[in-house]
Amino acid sequence: MFHIFCPYCQEYREEEEFHPSGQAHIERPAEPASVSDEAWGDYLFLRDNPRGIHHEMWVHRLGCRKFFNITRDTASYEILETYRMGEQPSITAASAEVRREQGVQTADGGWQTVGARPENSRLNEETPS
Amino acid sequence: MSEARSEARPEDNGGNAATFDAHPGADAGVTPESPLQWSRVQGRVTEEGGAAEQIRVVERPFLGHLVLRGGAITLDEAVRAELGVSLPGKPLGLVLDAEGSRSVQWVSPDEWLVIVPAGEEFELENRLRARLGDAHFAIVNVGGGQTLLELSGEKARELLMKSVTYDVHEQGLPVGKAVGTVFAKTSVVLRRPSEARFELVVRRSFADYCVRWLLDAGREYGLRVESASP
Ligand SMILES: [Zn+2]
Repeated sequence: MFHIFCPYCQEYREEEEFHPSGQAHIERPAEPASVSDEAWGDYLFLRDNPRGIHHEMWVHRLGCRKFFNITRDTASYEILETYRMGEQPSITAASAEVRREQGVQTADGGWQTVGARPENSRLNEETPS
Repeated sequence: MSEARSEARPEDNGGNAATFDAHPGADAGVTPESPLQWSRVQGRVTEEGGAAEQIRVVERPFLGHLVLRGGAITLDEAVRAELGVSLPGKPLGLVLDAEGSRSVQWVSPDEWLVIVPAGEEFELENRLRARLGDAHFAIVNVGGGQTLLELSGEKARELLMKSVTYDVHEQGLPVGKAVGTVFAKTSVVLRRPSEARFELVVRRSFADYCVRWLLDAGREYGLRVESASP
């Protein structure tokens, strides 16, 4: 079960209140009429499926009913950050790579965390992977 | 039809929408039925009265529920002028007027729920529309779609703990806070207007379900669901 920080309600809520809505930061072609069928098909259907850092859109459907973004590690399930619509992530696959190279401990699979909550980091570290 | 006006054309309220009074009174020949009407017919909801229990659930039917949408600054000015209450300054805020019978609740960054005594919402909506004029806003009267249940008594919190995922203890839900959350697989708005009271705003189509849940969860406390007369 995720414990998700809603950037609009400004507090953690149970996953039950939320719903995932697919990959974030997908831009609609500015002029759909002049886009090729293939490019339009890609826009509609083609999605990334990375192992590791992924940016997703979620909606706080039973709370404030706003959409927002989550940066999540698909291997560890760890939620690294949540941010509002229109904002850019501060953690990306590239920045996570830097963290790993610098020897900062990151989640690398096997267990599920309860969220990117600072007070939970100790809990995460104590959980055997 | 009653003497008082029950409709307003756009040119009457200075806005861009026609409005009508959802509570035109008995003269109009319309008998209002709250979302708990079916529960009442089935005998699950009784008239208000009786001894104080460990827990009391009382419906406050036919209140005026308005949803305001728009920019916080614009709406705050209008609401302060017409209702004498400012919009809650923080997310999840709930403010009441001095009497405690009119409230404004934060719903999302551009959305507020205003609840006023029955019959006040029509004139309030017209006055707000007239004041807001050409500003970018929306006002929707949602009073027909939801109703308010008041929970009080020493066991009220225990009952909520069985029903919602939200933390209803003092640190999670202090006075002056209101949240949308999960209640027994459906959604409710859970409000804490005062030390002694919790409030649930339930949707019409789920109202009977919520009542049945409350009756079941509250059986051990001898819970009854009552409805106040309008
Ligand atoms: Zn939210």
